[in-house]
Amino acid sequence: MLLQYRGAALGGLITQIFFGLIFVMAYEALFASSAAPQPMTLQEVVTYLWLNQALFAMLPWQPDAEIRQMMRTGNVAYELVRPFSLYWHWFARALALRSAPTLLRALPLTVLAALFFGLGAPSGAESAAWFGVSVLMALVLSSAITVVLNASLFWTISGEGAAMLVPAMVMALSGQNIPLPFYPDWLQPVLHWLPFRGLMDVPSRIYSGAIAPEQAPFEIGSQLAWCVALVFIGGLIVRKGARRLVVQGG
Amino acid sequence: MIDYFRLYVRLVGFSIRAQMEYRVSFFLQTAANLLITCMEFAAIWAVLGRFGNIRGWTLPEICFFYGTANAAFAIGEGISRGFDQFAAFVRGGEFDRVLLRPCPTVMQLLGHEITLRRVGRLAQALTVIGFGFAWMPQTLMLPNVALLAWAISCGVLLFTGILILQATICFWTTESIEMMNVLTYGAVFSSQYPLSIYRGWFRKFFTFMIPLAGVVFLPVLGVLGISSGWQIWVAPLCGPIFLLAALQIWRFGVRRYCSTGS
Repeated sequence: MLLQYRGAALGGLITQIFFGLIFVMAYEALFASSAAPQPMTLQEVVTYLWLNQALFAMLPWQPDAEIRQMMRTGNVAYELVRPFSLYWHWFARALALRSAPTLLRALPLTVLAALFFGLGAPSGAESAAWFGVSVLMALVLSSAITVVLNASLFWTISGEGAAMLVPAMVMALSGQNIPLPFYPDWLQPVLHWLPFRGLMDVPSRIYSGAIAPEQAPFEIGSQLAWCVALVFIGGLIVRKGARRLVVQGG
Repeated sequence: MIDYFRLYVRLVGFSIRAQMEYRVSFFLQTAANLLITCMEFAAIWAVLGRFGNIRGWTLPEICFFYGTANAAFAIGEGISRGFDQFAAFVRGGEFDRVLLRPCPTVMQLLGHEITLRRVGRLAQALTVIGFGFAWMPQTLMLPNVALLAWAISCGVLLFTGILILQATICFWTTESIEMMNVLTYGAVFSSQYPLSIYRGWFRKFFTFMIPLAGVVFLPVLGVLGISSGWQIWVAPLCGPIFLLAALQIWRFGVRRYCSTGS
């Protein structure tokens, strides 16, 4: 379906490169301004920033638009009638929603960024392999969060309240606004125990080798743990929301 | 003219009342808007905490650049929602109705919706300017406050102009172009740092194509006392001039618009 709008896809790609360049120029200027020791080198930061741009479409920054529409029109009743688990149905939709646009955008973007804009190579074959696993985990994590956002619409039908607070957290705490190591040191332990870094920061740092291949399984394990927890929580919320749902009209 | 203005005020009133019908939703949206922008600023703060400066600019100075651009964008985006969503007007044929009414199209679209939740970003931007003044008390003088207010007003017109251009493109494409985000969000996003830190092509783009330098960079240099003279007062005028140009292009687009179907 997305291929139908090739012009839009190209436009999206250019937009993303433009934003990536702003980030890169800012960090180049920062590194040129100060000799103070930093948690990452400029090359690492540039690679991190481009991976951010490549994986941007995968972030759970809004609930499923069609489900939002269903909640508003009441068509969500049909969803409840279908003879399969509402949770896994929505989860499958979320997986598709997060992966298709990312695939379409990430491949050309990484190629262009690697050729012209300073995206570095993965630090080794092992890192590259773990990176692949970690990105898949991030996709599952993102889908689990998306379903939680969907389910929150059972309570706030307009879907622009609670569902908007999570995206702010996602942007700030996944590494999209700023590579997480640049936050103050006292904040690092907090960031470490939140699920959001699994969306972006963990894969990017495995790629660059900042997380060594030997440590990678542990980090991926923590992504997995959050996936399980959020799927469990999401399942509870969906069940609870569906029970209190009242569809109006005739 | 007066009548149109009165009508506009009424449309604004309707829009505000409509949004206040969903009061909880409004407050949550505003809070979300505020949270997003605060997180953005926290990132700048954190980065400058680590590096100390960016090409010699320090955090207090950056507050002025950031605040001015964000305040202008918050208001501009808030009042131009109709243009921002214009693709839907064209696709749904709703623009035909707009054309039928004996009233300028631009006014109707401006009156379509005032997005109240943007006060979240506006409040944050003004607070950041406040930080700037608090950290550099020597800059807190009446002419400087006036200069910033003047720059923000002109900036509002600039962003309105950009959104009108974005809408005009829909006459040809019938869909909104994500790429136009480069001009709106790209412009505000880049002005979280002074324009002078970027590479040449980028500076030129946001000076001559989109005159962001005139409405943000130069007036703020004036506030910081880095430059002075009448130029810093005249520079923001490129905002209104840009808007006038955009309106001409809009008129051209309207004239060659021929509906989308049934």
